[in-house]
Amino acid sequence: MNYLVGAFKPPCNIFISFTDGRSRKQVPLKKENGKTVMVALFQSQENIVGEVVIEPIHGKKVEHNGVKIELLGQIELYFDRGNFYDFTSLVRELDVPGELYERKTYPFEFSTVEMPYESYNGVNVRLRYILKVTISRNYVSNIVEYQDFVVRNYTPPPSINNSIKMEVGIEDCLHIEFEYSKSKYHLKDVVIGKIYFLLVRIKLKNMELEIRRQESTGSGPNTYVETETLAKFELMDGAPVRGESIPIRLFLSPYELTPTYRNINNKFSVKYYLNLVLVDEEDRRYFKQQEITMYRNLEAS
Amino acid sequence: MLNGTEDEEKWLAEGIAGIQHNAFYMHRALDSNNLREALKYSAQMLSELRTSKLSPRKYYELYMRAFDELKRLELFFKDDSKHGVSVVDLYELVQHAGNILPRLYLLCTVGSIYIKSKEAPDKEVLKDLVEMCRGVQHPIRGLFLRSYLAQISRDKLPDIGSEYEGDADTVMDAVDFVLQNFTEMNKLWVRMQHQGPGRVREKREKERSELQDLVGKNLHVLSQIEGVDLEMYKETVLPRVLEQVVNCKDDLAQYYLMDCIIQVFPDEYHLQTLETLLGACPQLQPTVDVKTVLSRLMDRLSNYAASSADVLPEFLQVEAFSKLSNAIGKVIEAQVDMPAVGAITLYVSLLTFTLRVHPDRLDHVDQVLGACVKKLSNIPKLEDSRAMKQVVALLSAPLEKYNDIVTALTLSNYPRVMDHLDIGTNKLMAMVIIQSIMKNNSCISTADKVEVLFELIKGLIKDTDGADVDELDEEDFKEEQNSVARLIHMLYNDEPEEMLKIICIVRKHTMVGGPKRLPFTVSSLVFSALRLLRQLQGQEGDIVGEEASMTPNKIFQLLTQIIESLSAVPSAELALRLYLQCAEAANGCDIEHVAYEFFTQAFVLYEEEIADSKAQVTAIHLIIGTLQRMNVFGVENRDTLTHKATGYSARLLKKADQCRAVYACSHLFWVDDQDGIKDGERVLLCLKRALRIANAAQQMANVARGTGGLVSLFVEILNKYIYFFEKGNKQITSSAIQGLIEFINTEMQSDSTNPDSVADAFLASTLRYIQFQKQKGGVVGEKFESIKL
Repeated sequence: MNYLVGAFKPPCNIFISFTDGRSRKQVPLKKENGKTVMVALFQSQENIVGEVVIEPIHGKKVEHNGVKIELLGQIELYFDRGNFYDFTSLVRELDVPGELYERKTYPFEFSTVEMPYESYNGVNVRLRYILKVTISRNYVSNIVEYQDFVVRNYTPPPSINNSIKMEVGIEDCLHIEFEYSKSKYHLKDVVIGKIYFLLVRIKLKNMELEIRRQESTGSGPNTYVETETLAKFELMDGAPVRGESIPIRLFLSPYELTPTYRNINNKFSVKYYLNLVLVDEEDRRYFKQQEITMYRNLEAS
Repeated sequence: MLNGTEDEEKWLAEGIAGIQHNAFYMHRALDSNNLREALKYSAQMLSELRTSKLSPRKYYELYMRAFDELKRLELFFKDDSKHGVSVVDLYELVQHAGNILPRLYLLCTVGSIYIKSKEAPDKEVLKDLVEMCRGVQHPIRGLFLRSYLAQISRDKLPDIGSEYEGDADTVMDAVDFVLQNFTEMNKLWVRMQHQGPGRVREKREKERSELQDLVGKNLHVLSQIEGVDLEMYKETVLPRVLEQVVNCKDDLAQYYLMDCIIQVFPDEYHLQTLETLLGACPQLQPTVDVKTVLSRLMDRLSNYAASSADVLPEFLQVEAFSKLSNAIGKVIEAQVDMPAVGAITLYVSLLTFTLRVHPDRLDHVDQVLGACVKKLSNIPKLEDSRAMKQVVALLSAPLEKYNDIVTALTLSNYPRVMDHLDIGTNKLMAMVIIQSIMKNNSCISTADKVEVLFELIKGLIKDTDGADVDELDEEDFKEEQNSVARLIHMLYNDEPEEMLKIICIVRKHTMVGGPKRLPFTVSSLVFSALRLLRQLQGQEGDIVGEEASMTPNKIFQLLTQIIESLSAVPSAELALRLYLQCAEAANGCDIEHVAYEFFTQAFVLYEEEIADSKAQVTAIHLIIGTLQRMNVFGVENRDTLTHKATGYSARLLKKADQCRAVYACSHLFWVDDQDGIKDGERVLLCLKRALRIANAAQQMANVARGTGGLVSLFVEILNKYIYFFEKGNKQITSSAIQGLIEFINTEMQSDSTNPDSVADAFLASTLRYIQFQKQKGGVVGEKFESIKL
């Protein structure tokens, strides 16, 4: 982003910090260059308070048309590269036009910021929050500095959380009944359930439970759907017989899951599925996919 | 599934290498207290157990390698100072593994620590483990996994007295756990049978039997749980185990598990739950070898009963016999295809059982035999040799137990069982019976029993219809008949009347035996009758006149009839001997006409039946010997008989035989008794006649062959001379003896005679005798003094 800075040595350094930066929880964030950095974690309605320090390089003065800080919530679609959709944009003017000779500190505050969407780093889409400090200048390009931060929103446990229970099968071949205790799971939850074999006429080899994430971006004819398998969890080894019931216990915590996102700013959705896969001895796969809703639970995080 | 042992070896080697490789990294992780790495490598190591390529035996090798490594891992898990994770978290952590088999092995490992830590109720953890293990449905892998579970949980069951014992119901939890694991293992084990192609069925059965102990171990664990008392065993353990056994519908499993139940649980439990246990038997698959199962049960119970007399009341209390008996009946009914040998084996076991437990209950024995008869009567012809053997065992058991045929004779079904034997076996059995009698020296003393006994051994007594006579082995036959003959001597009663009855019965039976058997049996019978006669004589004073039927005459009539039966054989020589015996007996009874009659019979036989010259010689000597001892005859009868005997003697074929018979006849006229006949003149006549014959023989020999060789005849006659001389026969003079000696000496030295060393020696010793008598002095010496040598 700041390659300009690399080309022309910027006349000053800009530091953005949060007031409660030391106590605030830090979470890892994967950057474009593949590196993971620890950044501050916020949730919606929080006050985002901090300060910006501008430190001119020794002996240089920085002339500017004003200094501002913006809080941006952006959705970036990779197939539409370069286009950011800012769904949130707040600005605070930090300084009137003038000259900077020495280090100067500007406190800033965004109060009860509405940040309805969570930070998300998907296959085709990214949703991110940044603080952007801009030193506007005449004739030469502006000096810009970014600070990422992560937003996560917690939802209370759903009041209605039905189990998923279903009987499926291939006629005269395989009939099973499966049950997941819930349809909504928090991110550290456990999927408990069982599979009951009503009829088995094929020689099964094993059975797995997959967690699949479906990310759909765009809309209308330009919808891109990307499905990833995040987990393959073997439930059964060998061939069961009629009447056998196989337990399911899948801990979700080891997997990097996010809550389910539905139609975020009309740009994208992220959905989760439990996919039950039965594999026979000829490696044919029989599966049944069920959507589950993921949510972020404060207690469990 | 497998391409050969070579490949299998290769796969096993690969598996072991994989385990060792990962175990190495796991050890490193353990040493550096790196939990994450430890989990990773242990899971990878356990992944080697996911193979499907190995047979159970090889898989076991692999399993044992992993098992050893898991023990090290367990030690690491146990020490939370090393990894800093609570056991609860650890319990979750291991469940993150994606592959089920490593996951469950790790879960069981941590589970055992979880139980030890007592952070969660024992039963909850156990229940969770046993439930989660359902995920492995592959028979071999599942069986080993569950056996691992059984292994690690074994010392952690909430049993009475264990440190994991909680509230009152905990033993139940332990039992539930083991039962569930058992049930699941058995299901897997049974399922093995139905997987893979049908043609390798045999191989699979073999593989399965290699795994049976994994399943059976659960039952063993159950039996080790202190808290499983009789009540719980009765109410919970046994019904649930049996339910599983019956429902699995697999013959291999049913057989093994039934046997296992019988072997691992205590005898008194079996006794108290006999009904339940036996109730399961008819529900087993028809191919299950129920008979062996039941036999083992009965053997165990028999041994239990034999172990101490104190437990016997228990058997009575639970009516063990009737229950077993019913169960066997039902099993036989249910398993229509069971071969006869199976059914009979069952009866043998039951019989053994009742003999051990209720030796006093003959009715039980009879009942068993009766049931066996019923079963046998449904089978047209028993041809299975193994079945035969079992029947023999069935019949021998009471004999061995009671050591007394008399007891067996009271069993009404005993002969009926014997009827079902084939001819050979029947004979064999009859021999067994006889041998038993001989061995125990048991005396059969009533007519009824004798009747039954002969009914039993009738296979030996007469030809059975359809028997192939040619096949009979001559030696066996003799042996058999000799045994029968011996048997007859074992039948004895002090009461003459009863004894007579016995003899009549024996006679009735033996008379039908045909010409081949009669020679063996008749003589026994005759001597038996003769014994009765002596017996009667001993008591004569007491019962004379009282019992009209019991006169010696009557017995002699009987004897005559018996001996006459030999005419059919024909065995004249034997008959002759027997007649003579009878005659002698009659002599003892002082009944002249009977004795005479017997002699007449003997002479008739001699004349009509004995044609062989050698036989004649023997016969005539017998006649002479017997006649000599007779003292019952009046002068006239005696004269007739002696005359006859002498006459026959002189008409023998060979001169030498004639000579010998004639000098033997000399004794007929000189009985060395107080009041015996002493007709010296006729003695001398006989001897002279003998000398004449000897002379003639000598001359004939010279003419015919140019040899002598009959000098010994003269020496023999000389001996007779000396005998009578010594006995005081006035007709025998010392000069006659001296003359004879000189004559013999001349004969011996004559050229025509070849040296005959035997005769020489005979003569020499005869002369020595005379010398010896001379030296005695006294009357004898004086007498012999006149003989000059």
